[in-house]
Amino acid sequence: MAQQPTATLDIIEQFGPHLAFSSGTRLDRGVEPDRLVKTHCCFCGQQCGIQLKVKDNEVIGFEPWEEFPFNQGMLCPKGVKRYLQGSHPDRLVSAQERAPNAPGGFRPIDYIAAIRRTADAIQKIQAEHGNGAVGVLSGASLTTEKTYLMGKFARVCLKTPFIDYNGRLCMVSAGAGNKKAFGIDRAANPWSDMLGADVVWISGANVAECAPITTNYVWQARENGAKIIVVDPRITPIARTCDLFLPVKPGRDVALFNGILHLMIEHDWLDHEFIEKHTIGFEALAESVREWTPARTAEVTGIAEKSIRQAAEWWGQAKTSFLTHARGIEHHSHGVQNVLGAINIVLASGRIGRENCGYATITGQANGQGGREHGQKCDQLPGARDLANPEHRAHVAKVWDVSPDDLPEPGVDCYEMFRKIERGEIRGLISICFNPLVSLPDNNFIQRMLDKLDFYVAIDFFLNDTARHADIVLPGSLQEEDEGVVTQIEGKVIKINKAVDPPGDARQDWRIIQDIAAAIGRTHGMTFQNPREIFDELRRASKGGVADYSGITWEKIEANYGICWPCPSEDHPGTPRLFELCSDNPIAKVAGPFYFPDGKARFNVAEYTPPTEEVDSEFPVILTTGRVVSQFLSGTQTRRIGPLVEQYPEPRVEIHPQLAQRLGIKEGDWTTVASRRGEITVRAQIVKTIRPDTVFVPYHWAGVKSANRLTISAQDPISKIPEYKVCAVRLAKATAAPEYADQLEPQQS
Amino acid sequence: MPVPDTKYFFIDPNRCIGCESCVQACSECDTHKGHSMIHLEYVNRRESPQTLPVVCMHCDSPTCAEVCPADAIKRTEDGVVQTARKPRCIACNNCVLACPFGVPKMDTHMELMMKCDMCYDRTSEGKRPMCATVCPSQALFFGTREQIADLRPRSRPINEFKFGEQTIHTKVRMMVPREATVNHLDVTDGMFDSGDDPQADDMMAATLYELPIIS
Repeated sequence: MAQQPTATLDIIEQFGPHLAFSSGTRLDRGVEPDRLVKTHCCFCGQQCGIQLKVKDNEVIGFEPWEEFPFNQGMLCPKGVKRYLQGSHPDRLVSAQERAPNAPGGFRPIDYIAAIRRTADAIQKIQAEHGNGAVGVLSGASLTTEKTYLMGKFARVCLKTPFIDYNGRLCMVSAGAGNKKAFGIDRAANPWSDMLGADVVWISGANVAECAPITTNYVWQARENGAKIIVVDPRITPIARTCDLFLPVKPGRDVALFNGILHLMIEHDWLDHEFIEKHTIGFEALAESVREWTPARTAEVTGIAEKSIRQAAEWWGQAKTSFLTHARGIEHHSHGVQNVLGAINIVLASGRIGRENCGYATITGQANGQGGREHGQKCDQLPGARDLANPEHRAHVAKVWDVSPDDLPEPGVDCYEMFRKIERGEIRGLISICFNPLVSLPDNNFIQRMLDKLDFYVAIDFFLNDTARHADIVLPGSLQEEDEGVVTQIEGKVIKINKAVDPPGDARQDWRIIQDIAAAIGRTHGMTFQNPREIFDELRRASKGGVADYSGITWEKIEANYGICWPCPSEDHPGTPRLFELCSDNPIAKVAGPFYFPDGKARFNVAEYTPPTEEVDSEFPVILTTGRVVSQFLSGTQTRRIGPLVEQYPEPRVEIHPQLAQRLGIKEGDWTTVASRRGEITVRAQIVKTIRPDTVFVPYHWAGVKSANRLTISAQDPISKIPEYKVCAVRLAKATAAPEYADQLEPQQS
Repeated sequence: MPVPDTKYFFIDPNRCIGCESCVQACSECDTHKGHSMIHLEYVNRRESPQTLPVVCMHCDSPTCAEVCPADAIKRTEDGVVQTARKPRCIACNNCVLACPFGVPKMDTHMELMMKCDMCYDRTSEGKRPMCATVCPSQALFFGTREQIADLRPRSRPINEFKFGEQTIHTKVRMMVPREATVNHLDVTDGMFDSGDDPQADDMMAATLYELPIIS
């Protein structure tokens, strides 16, 4: 039923992506804005401060916000050009309903009628197949207020257990690993702790392209004397000038961490006092890494043994250090094990919970942190409470004025929801701020499942690739059209401020959700008048939880350029650095700094297993995927911004010259990359900056250019994150340019 | 109001991450809306992701102005070399060909040489140039000598460059490793010599042949 209503080219012509460039008022010289609005970037988890120039209800440009401490006016190209999203020709300004005979397959529909149709479809499906037959896919770019509302909407209004979010594709391995080791899921340190570190260890993080502002911290640390160690299969721009580069074979990170720990034990580069007083489980871990000799580690990881020894020596002998990682070690079917391996070498060094000693994952999405703390994750309730925990259920149920028994049990991850669609268990879908047709692995499967739905409603401000399959599209709001909070990379809660009103029939997303709730006739707890009311309830719901926001107010945020949670009371300053030895927390209650009843961190045996799909004679090359600096995630926003598209117009496959020579592929050749799940044809870029056994394709594009046609849906058993970073492919020079090369602009699909 | 003489523009190629934030931000500057006066070079993408932002060096004796037959390129008293004056520029490209740093670009549509004027509308009001403000890795930095000395203890700024017989001093400083000596290469150093590495000679010979320096 939810098949795309017409040919892709027709939809593109009507709804884009088309490229927007500066024009009109935005290009006029000397135009004075009506006002500057202090807010934050709408893209990655660094959440750089930015001032938007507003004139006549239009964002016409930006002015650096140099006082904001994290980025001090610095911005990446996406932040600079983000303002081109507003007043974009592709912007949805009215509700749309599927109409296969209309241009582009959709026709405008009255907003109220669209809400009515949506509510009727939900009621019909739930009446016939049960409450769980409707699923919700939410997003980690939403404000925390919206994510809180989405969780409440699913569980209290729809009464479905099936809600999950696109942060599932981002940081959940880090979150799960952090909870297992520390009892809390948050970056442990402010980035300023990097500046005084002796060693900065970066594993699987293309910092320069995915978190560019962070490079300034890393390189300032280097200026201050730090050794920089980068682990990556590619020489990324941050790796180019590091002190030690470890070109790990994709999917083998945990072996490296175990090998480092082996050497730390062998040379007694351990903090015995810290291990004794503040951790448990070291003996079992030490036993498990006995087998990870440098020789074996080198063999498995593909890194020279002397480099492994050098890394261990620098790490082991440092007095201060900061270890950070990102999707490169997390996007694996054993991502949690990789993360635990990283945490183990941090804990064994004892260098955490004090100045210049830190550990953090690099948040990918705008609200990747806050977006998973307050109830849109399938197993969590607000305050990072567990949905399966009776006490946690009771607390939130009381705030929500419902019986704990009425709350659904934990649901399933977003990929599993598509498997439920396959089995006919989920028949209706509501999505907001999520583009699974591009961002989920093996997306040919995702397309078939969208086609199978009885009813699909998408809320978005552009008709994203997945929303093309919708029965109803509701026009949502851009970040600058609403207010609320997000939690950035360091765990700091910051304030997004409204700059302009939504155009036409577009609505703030929280209004749309509440309109649907009202149309269904289940308004209990869904009658907020503004985001501040939602935030105030969220504060109560989080009180006493691990992610305690109860002492944070919008005024306090603005007065302090953000407040780090936990912040349990209004006179509490927040907690920029976790695990300080004198610190208290609601779980340990002065027993120790870590968030377990005994206050001690846990060493966990980090088991090495190879990637789910190993290379073989048929598919002999490793594919790894990632990002480029001018595009963001599934490209719904950035593939519409002309200057950003011009910077990197289309996906290319990076190939080492040795591999390229063997395959007879030259720079710029159209090259077909095929896996067991699909194939794409893109241009080759021949570079010595990638391992010869590995190729790289960025994943921001859709359809025939989607790297996720190739990737595998293998998932980590604990975090359920997909294995985007490793699958087996074969490459061949294409006999001709692909058909799309003549039909489509570079950003389109 | 002139650009404060305590503030300098520093370029640190070691820090450049190739993100083009400078390029995107430059086109937002009010004096040349929509046009970017800075560009990014890949040194050799096949070998390395090393990139370099190329911005006007604001020479003390600007070659571009010296070769301009129409006297269209002016240097302000505070040392900022500005875009060619529209009424005077004859789009002859002399400046483009002469600049040893490869900076001036001819806008053929407007028949005007346009180049970085160090965000004169911003710097003359005490703000930093747009590119140096947004640069996420601070490969571009605008500030005092004391600030850069404090921030970059491993590097030092240089502003003297040699091109053959020509020595140029610039308002813009380039950061180089503190311990390294700065060598000024002469093209003849790389020309064919039977005692040198034959592979290197072949490469240089091929390069020079393409450049029609030798026949």
